[in-house]
Amino acid sequence: MSTAGEAIQDHDHDHEHHDHKATGVTRWLFTTNHKDIGSLYLWFSFIMFLVGGAMAMVIRAELFQPGLQLVDPHFFNQMTTVHGLIMVFGAVMPAFTGLANWMIPMMIGAPDMALPRMNNWSFWILPFAFAILLGSLFMEGGGPAFGWTFYAPLSTTYSSDSTALFVFSVHIMGISSIMGAINVIVTIMNMRAPGMSYMKMPLFVWTWFITAFLLIAVMPVLAGAVTMVLTDKYFGTSFFDAAGGGDPVMFQHIFWFFGHPEVYIMILPSFGIISAIIPAFTRKPLFGYASMVYATAAIAVLSFLVWAHHMFTTGMPVFAELFFMYCTMLIAVPTGVKIFNWVATMWRGSMTFETPMLFALAFVILFTIGGFSGLMLAITPVDFQYHDTYFVVAHFHYVLVTGAIFSIMAAAYYWLPKWTGNMYDETLAKWHFWLSLISVNVLFFPMHFAGLAGMPRRIPDYALQFADINQIVSIGGFAFGLTQLMFLWIVIKCCRGGEKALAKPWDGAEGLEWTVPSPAPYHTFETPPEIK
Amino acid sequence: MAEQQQKYYVPASSPWPIVGAIGLGLIAFGAGHAVIDMSKEQSGFGMNVLFAGIAVILVMLFGWFRDQINESMQGLYSDQLGNSYRQGMSWFIFSEVMFFAAFFGALFYARVIAVEWLGGASNNAMTNEVLWPDFSAMWPLTETPGGTTTQAMGWAGLPLYNTILLVLSSVTCHFAHVGLEKNKRGQLKVMLGITIVLGLIFLYLQGAEYVHAYNDLGLKLDSGVYGNTFYMLTGFHGMHVTLGTIMLIVMFLRVLKGHFTPESHFAFQATSWYWHFVDVVWVCLFFVVYVF
Repeated sequence: MSTAGEAIQDHDHDHEHHDHKATGVTRWLFTTNHKDIGSLYLWFSFIMFLVGGAMAMVIRAELFQPGLQLVDPHFFNQMTTVHGLIMVFGAVMPAFTGLANWMIPMMIGAPDMALPRMNNWSFWILPFAFAILLGSLFMEGGGPAFGWTFYAPLSTTYSSDSTALFVFSVHIMGISSIMGAINVIVTIMNMRAPGMSYMKMPLFVWTWFITAFLLIAVMPVLAGAVTMVLTDKYFGTSFFDAAGGGDPVMFQHIFWFFGHPEVYIMILPSFGIISAIIPAFTRKPLFGYASMVYATAAIAVLSFLVWAHHMFTTGMPVFAELFFMYCTMLIAVPTGVKIFNWVATMWRGSMTFETPMLFALAFVILFTIGGFSGLMLAITPVDFQYHDTYFVVAHFHYVLVTGAIFSIMAAAYYWLPKWTGNMYDETLAKWHFWLSLISVNVLFFPMHFAGLAGMPRRIPDYALQFADINQIVSIGGFAFGLTQLMFLWIVIKCCRGGEKALAKPWDGAEGLEWTVPSPAPYHTFETPPEIK
Repeated sequence: MAEQQQKYYVPASSPWPIVGAIGLGLIAFGAGHAVIDMSKEQSGFGMNVLFAGIAVILVMLFGWFRDQINESMQGLYSDQLGNSYRQGMSWFIFSEVMFFAAFFGALFYARVIAVEWLGGASNNAMTNEVLWPDFSAMWPLTETPGGTTTQAMGWAGLPLYNTILLVLSSVTCHFAHVGLEKNKRGQLKVMLGITIVLGLIFLYLQGAEYVHAYNDLGLKLDSGVYGNTFYMLTGFHGMHVTLGTIMLIVMFLRVLKGHFTPESHFAFQATSWYWHFVDVVWVCLFFVVYVF
C-alpha cells in the first residue's frame, strides 16, 4: 500500500496486515469503509452528471433554432425538470457527500465515519431512487414535467400519472441525505482526534458540519411538501387548492423554506474546498480562518430567512417583500467576507497554477459573478422584471456550475493523488480546465442578455430576435458537455496509473490527509494521531 | 475527547444495508405504482411489490438489529460508539421534528393566511367577491369555499383522554428508565409494561376517534384543509406512536431476557427519547389541532 512516502508519521506504519478488504462485488455492496463509500458516491454522481448533462444537450439542441424541431413541448418540459432534479439531487449533493466521506475522517484523524453501516445504506438507496425517477420518464403520459420546483397546481392538478413515483423517489433521496448528514455531524462531534478542537478543524470540515445541519433541518420539510403533493393529487386533500381552503402559494412557501437552504447546501462545501486549495497553491495560511467559520454560520442562519425572495412576483404583502429583500442582500456581507479572505490569502503569496488552483481561481471570479446577479435578483422591483427569464437561468448556473461543479472538479484534481496514489495528467487537465472555462462562459454569459431582453425560461420555442444568442449558447453548451468527457478520461487514466504521487504532492498543502501515504491506506487512523 | 486513547472500533462490513436499500427501493417503486393503480381504479403489481418491500425491510431490521445486539452483548462497542449512537438518535429526532414542522406550518398558513384571504381579509376583498362570494372565513373550516361541509372535532372527550394517557405514559417511561439506571429491574418491568399498555390504549382510542369522525361528523381526509391537516397531523403522529410502541415492546422483551445494564442501554434510551418526542408532538397537536 505505501508506495511513496515522505513525512509519514510513525503512527501509520505497517497497515498491510489490517487491510483485509473483501474482494469482488461484495466489497462494494457490503462495505463499511468510508473510502469505498466515498468512491461509490463520487462515481455515482459522475454518472448522474453525464445523464443530467445529456438532458441539457437535448434542451440546447431544441433551443438551437426558434420553432419546434426535435422534441415535443411535453418532452422538453420533462427534460428541464429531470435535468434539474438529477443535477441537484443526483450530481452535486452526492458529489459533496462523496468528498465528505473520503476526506472528513482523514482530516480530523478518525478511522472512519461514525456510523459506517448506515453510511453504506445511505449510499445504496440512491441508485434505486434515481432508477425510479428515470424509469418514470418511460411511463405512459411521461415523467415529471412540472419543473424541478414542482409548483402546485402543475404537480397536482396538471401533472402526469407517474407523479407518485416522483414523490417516492424524492422521499428516498431525502432519507439518504438525512442519514448522510447525521453521519457527518456525529463523525465531526465525536470522532475528532485528541487535540483537534473545533477551531482547528479544516474549513472543509467546518463547512460540511454546517451544511449537515441545514440538511437535517430542511430535507424533512421537502418530504412534507412532496407528501402534500401526493395527497393533493391522489387522495383528495386540498393543501394547495383554494376550493378546499388551501392555497397554491402555500406550496411555494413550504418548498422554498426547503429550497433556499438547499441552495447553500450546494455551495457551502465548495467554500470549504476553495479554502483548502487556495492556501495550498499560494503557500500561505488561509487569511481570516475564524471569520470564515463565522461567515459560513451566518450564511446558514440567514438562509432560513430569505426563502420568499423566490416568490416576489407571486404576491405578498409589501412588508414581507421588503423583509425578504433586505435579508437576502444581507447575505452578501458574509459572502463578501469569504471572497475578501480568499483574495487576501493570495496577496503576496508565491502562487503556482496547477489545475486545482486554476479551477479554484475560476470559482472565485465566476461565483462572484453569480453572486452579483443574485444581488440584482434580490431587489424586489427589479426582480419583477427578471423573474422567470433566462437571467435567472444564467444566475443559478453561474453559482451551480462555475460555483459548485467547478469546486468539485478542483477538489477532484486536488485529492486525486491522495485517492489513487497517481498524479493525474497535468497537460490534459489544463486542457480540460481551459476548454471548460471558455465553453462555460460562452454557454451561460449570453443567457444574461437573453433574459434581460425578455426571453422566458422553460419554453421550447422563442421569438426570432433571440435566435443568435441561443445559437451561441447552444454551441457553448455542446462544447462544455463534450469537454466533460475529457474529465472522465483523465480520471480513469489517473486511476489506472501514472506518475506515482508523494504523500504530499502539493508544497503548500496542510492537513492530516497529507501525513498518510498516497494512496491513503484502507484504514487511515486505527489509533488517533497526535494534533499539535 | 482527550482521554480517548483506546483503539478505534470500526464495525465489520455487513450485508444488511444493501438488503435495506433493496427493500426501500421496492417500497418506493411499489407504493408509487400502488397509488397510480388506485387512482386509475385498476389492479396492478404495485401493492404486491410494496408488500414485498415491507417484507424485505422487516427481514433487514430483524437481521441488522440481531447482529447489532449480539455485537453489543459481546462488549465490542466502545464508549465512543455509544456516544455516536446517542448523538445520531438525537439528530434523527430533530429531523423528525422538522418533518412535523412542515405540517404544523401548513396548518398555520391555512388557518391564519389562506382561509382569511379567501374570506376577503387584508387586500383580498375582490378575491372573495369575485371567486367565492358565498364564503366567509372561519376556523375550524366546516364549510370550504368549494362548498364541502363537515363538523369540527371537539377537544373534550376522546382527545382529552388520549392526551392524559400519553402524558402519563411519558411519566411511566421515565420511571422505567430510572428503574433501569438504579438497577431496579422490577420497577423497570412494571413501568415499561404500563407504558406499552397506555400506548396501545392510545392507539385504540385514536382509531375509535377516526371512526367517530368519519361516520358521525363527516370529517374526512378530503373535507377541505381542516380535515387535511387534522388527518395528516394525527395520522403521521399515530404512525409514530405505532412505531414507538413496537420499539417499546422489543425493549420489554429484551428486558425480560436480561439485556441492558445501568451503564449500557443505548437502545432503551433511544426508545425512551423517541417516546418522549411523540408525546411532545401530541401535546402541541392537541392544542393546535383540537383546542384552539
